[in-house]
Amino acid sequence: MGAEGSARRELEERIGLWRSYVGGRDAMRQGDVDELEDHLRNEIAELSASGLAPDEAFLVAVKRLGELDDLTREFAREHSDRLWKQLVEPSAAGPDSGARSRMEPAVVIGLAAAAALAFKVPSFLGLRLSDDSDETVGFYMRNMSLFVLPCLFAYFGWKRRFGARQWAFAGIAFATAGTLVNTYPFVNEGQTQILAILHLPIFLWFVVGVGYTGANWRSNAHWMHFVRFTGELFIYFVLIALGGGVLTGFTLMMFQSIGLDAEWLAQDWIVPCGALGAVIVGAWLVEAKQSVIENMAPVLTRLFTPLFTVVLLAFIVTMAWTGSAIDVGRGVLIAFDLLLVLVLGLLLYSVSARDPRARPGYFDVLQLVLVVSALLVDLMALAAISSRITEFGFSANKTAALGENLVLLINLSWSAWLYFRFLRGRGPFAALERWQTAYLPVYAVWAWIVFAAFPLVFDFA
Amino acid sequence: MTVGKDLVAASATPLVLSILAGGESYGYAILKRVEELSEGRLRWTDGMLYPVLHRLERLGQIEGRWGKSRVGRKRKYYRITERGRRQLAALRRQWEIVNDTLREVWVLPRESGCEA
Repeated sequence: MGAEGSARRELEERIGLWRSYVGGRDAMRQGDVDELEDHLRNEIAELSASGLAPDEAFLVAVKRLGELDDLTREFAREHSDRLWKQLVEPSAAGPDSGARSRMEPAVVIGLAAAAALAFKVPSFLGLRLSDDSDETVGFYMRNMSLFVLPCLFAYFGWKRRFGARQWAFAGIAFATAGTLVNTYPFVNEGQTQILAILHLPIFLWFVVGVGYTGANWRSNAHWMHFVRFTGELFIYFVLIALGGGVLTGFTLMMFQSIGLDAEWLAQDWIVPCGALGAVIVGAWLVEAKQSVIENMAPVLTRLFTPLFTVVLLAFIVTMAWTGSAIDVGRGVLIAFDLLLVLVLGLLLYSVSARDPRARPGYFDVLQLVLVVSALLVDLMALAAISSRITEFGFSANKTAALGENLVLLINLSWSAWLYFRFLRGRGPFAALERWQTAYLPVYAVWAWIVFAAFPLVFDFA
Repeated sequence: MTVGKDLVAASATPLVLSILAGGESYGYAILKRVEELSEGRLRWTDGMLYPVLHRLERLGQIEGRWGKSRVGRKRKYYRITERGRRQLAALRRQWEIVNDTLREVWVLPRESGCEA
């Protein structure tokens, strides 16, 4: 009995392995594998009945099913559409996907509607965006991320079944941030208000990251997933926005043709509600399709890393050739911050898409050249700017920009060093990955300082 | 003596439709039935039956549904549709033409050759 039991277990194991092997083919769906498995088991049962041992029966049955490559080719010929990955995954997954995943679209639409509603509630209470006064515009700009990001957090909370502690964390984080930016007596069009508008979303995005990583918030790998998620969400958002633009255009055009002006509809409803809802819907699509579609962010990174490297090198060479220094005018510091952010983004996404076990290649050298040249350009800009600051003193804008520059400079310098070590074969690539994910909280802390502390320090100016 | 690949492929559709015309069935049983009817001389690579079934399903000639086997395992059953019956009738006429023609040729070998 014992031997027979173990033989049966072994057979189940083999069938399980066979299933995962066959199921890995693009042209094969869950249902196909189920059907083939039923066939395989019938064949095995019959062969066993005629006296073969289970393992022999398994081998013969698999052999009779045909060469897997040939079989896959036949399936691919019949189902060529499957090679184009398609959206409607959950229903295609088969009859036994749970009630939760069937409920997911409803939850997503509900949360997207909640975000849109959160945007509309103030206008029902009299704060109309179309009034165009500085106060209301300021209010909406400050709160834009607060309308939508709690809903996004709630989506992950629902999906990952958060406990009371996680909900409490989110509640406190969102509530304190919201209270701060809405009770500070900002001066209209002042620097600190604009800085708060720019930095609040960065901090809240980190809070969303805590929601995304869920129970694994200490894990570097899961924060890397969050970085990937961010990139993909951005791409989905842009695509949805393109579609939304077409929708808005048609709405305006059609109502115009019957003599009605639908601009208020577009301005007060379609565009803002659509944009907020698109964040939630985009997040859901990224989650649903993470294994289905090739990730786009790393592909774009591959395309643009060489191009940006060339531009930066050309800039450095030109500057050395002509001997002209960087002209430090208004906004220049911000421009160089953005350059660093961009280089960091390129670095981050190529890190996120790279197999950490792969050996150094030419692309890694290129990446290092990009980082080093960005650092060079930034150092020259910093030198120019610091002389300007010593001349005119600190303002909120300059301090924020300088701080950002420092935060990014530290990250990129250390990344360059780690990359260099990796290229020389003295360190693993994983060190770079760890460094990037471990650094993420620094951005959040800095963003918090800028929107929460700067207004106090610089007197809300 | 077994039947060649091309002929097996060509006969797959009429065979599957004919068997399903006799009642609902599933992949393995269809194969067994073919083996039985041909006394083992018409042998398919087992897996190749399924793309054929899926094609017929897509064309609306047969309908699939998920059911349970006697031991409670998931199993996909197929049955023929009205469209499938019409297709089967058409195929049957075509095969009869081929069959009759070949018979004519083989029964009267002399007359079929060129008269040199």
